[in-house]
Amino acid sequence: MTASVEDLLRDLAPQVLAALTRRSGDFAAAEDAVQEALLEAARRWPAGVPDDPTAWLVRVAGRKLVDAVRSDAARRRREQLVRSRAVPAGPAPQTDDTLLLLLLCCHPSLTPTSAVALTLRAVGGLRTAEIAAAFLVPEATMAQRISRAKRTVAAAGGRFAPPTDGERARRLALVLRVLYLIFNEGYGSGGRVDLVAEVIRLTRGLSALLPDDPEVAGLLALMLLNDARRPARTDAHGRLVPLAEQDRSRWDRAEVVEGVALLQRALRQDRRGEYQIQAAIAAIHDDAASAEETDWPQILAWYDELLLLTDTPVVRLSRAVSLAEVDGPLVALRSIERLDPSVPRLAAVRAHLAEMAGDRVAAARLFTDAARIASSVPEREHLLRRAAAVG
Amino acid sequence: MPKFLLLKHYGGDPDVRCTPMSEWTPSEVAAHIDFQREVGRMLTESGEFVDAQGLSGDGAWVRYGGPGEPPVVTDGPFPETKELVAGWFLIDVESAERAYEIAAYVSSAPGNGGKPIYERLEVRLVMSAPATVE
Repeated sequence: MTASVEDLLRDLAPQVLAALTRRSGDFAAAEDAVQEALLEAARRWPAGVPDDPTAWLVRVAGRKLVDAVRSDAARRRREQLVRSRAVPAGPAPQTDDTLLLLLLCCHPSLTPTSAVALTLRAVGGLRTAEIAAAFLVPEATMAQRISRAKRTVAAAGGRFAPPTDGERARRLALVLRVLYLIFNEGYGSGGRVDLVAEVIRLTRGLSALLPDDPEVAGLLALMLLNDARRPARTDAHGRLVPLAEQDRSRWDRAEVVEGVALLQRALRQDRRGEYQIQAAIAAIHDDAASAEETDWPQILAWYDELLLLTDTPVVRLSRAVSLAEVDGPLVALRSIERLDPSVPRLAAVRAHLAEMAGDRVAAARLFTDAARIASSVPEREHLLRRAAAVG
Repeated sequence: MPKFLLLKHYGGDPDVRCTPMSEWTPSEVAAHIDFQREVGRMLTESGEFVDAQGLSGDGAWVRYGGPGEPPVVTDGPFPETKELVAGWFLIDVESAERAYEIAAYVSSAPGNGGKPIYERLEVRLVMSAPATVE
């Protein structure tokens, strides 16, 4: 299938789903029907895209929905309901629909794993097989994960309707969290299905709907400013290249410029949040022409602010790396002395700081420890190389 | 969304004295196998199944024999304490706690007399997390 048909389908998927959900009042059944319609379009459209692709999808998905309802005797009453409601004239108002779908797919009753899968299918328009491939699980497993997620949302009373004003901020925060998880998953694994491109597209869409929300802009900026470094993040052999050693001429300047502009506009609102702050840190790295020119004091100041918002071991670890650049490795080591030993990457950061402090024996031992408990193969290989280099 | 490998060890656990499967009745063996299938079905239904395989018991230990030499094939380095990896489940779950819960359930598979065999499972994290070095 051509990339343009693929893109078109993904763009139209949420509108079609919203129209059908509104008509039938049954999000779960509508979502299945849209998925089938997308599959049919993927088969037929490469030979010629219909004049009004949205109407085509709404019609085909509507037919699938009626078929599904009809084939299920217990749901006979709902068939009446679907038929009695008028088909909306013209495309449904898209603006709020996508947001409502995102809020529903990131419902508080769902685990992050389930919300990620449901969001990618219902809002991202990805097919089950693609999501399954991205997460390296069988298609049947992913299909079940998605239908369970829909049952969970329904059982928890999730509706295709705006949340109350009091709930809205908390619900939107869940949406951002899910998008951020998808980004991290895609950024770290690379290759399989381009989840990064997909989630940037979704976040861009959300940012267009909520242009005045600084954290939405901050999250999009964070994604762009990190994704800009992707071409330099692995070498020709697929090995991870740490930030300090990356060939900065390979960074995507257009993404940096866009990310910085988004971030500056967001920061002007003076409503700071964790995504804006992380984006600011990424922007400072992206702004340095070489690793030596990195403005570490400014990065440290941002980490201090982040710590006030979310005091987590992960933030403390990252802060320690910048603290070492400003006040030296020994001060940095002291700042993480009391962290729980089970914190992921604690050994890796301590190894890095020990190496900076010139303690090669401790660094070699800590890099080896860190490699033993690493949670990804590229990370383990990176740590083993550093252990060998320092030892 | 970490993945865990649940390795089913037989005979490696001195605390568990379970009658060898060769001495079970055919219906006990059938019940045990049905249970394994049921676990697979349950994990697919819960959206956590990745893979399950059984391993044949007659494995060999192989190592490089040196330059120009054939592979060295033996019954194992310690044949007297031989333990058998009988198979595995590969699962994709929310947390390590959930992996332990599933492992404990797998361990309750029925054996001789329909009683749980208390088989010990080794739970290992698959290194598939997003990579970060920065």
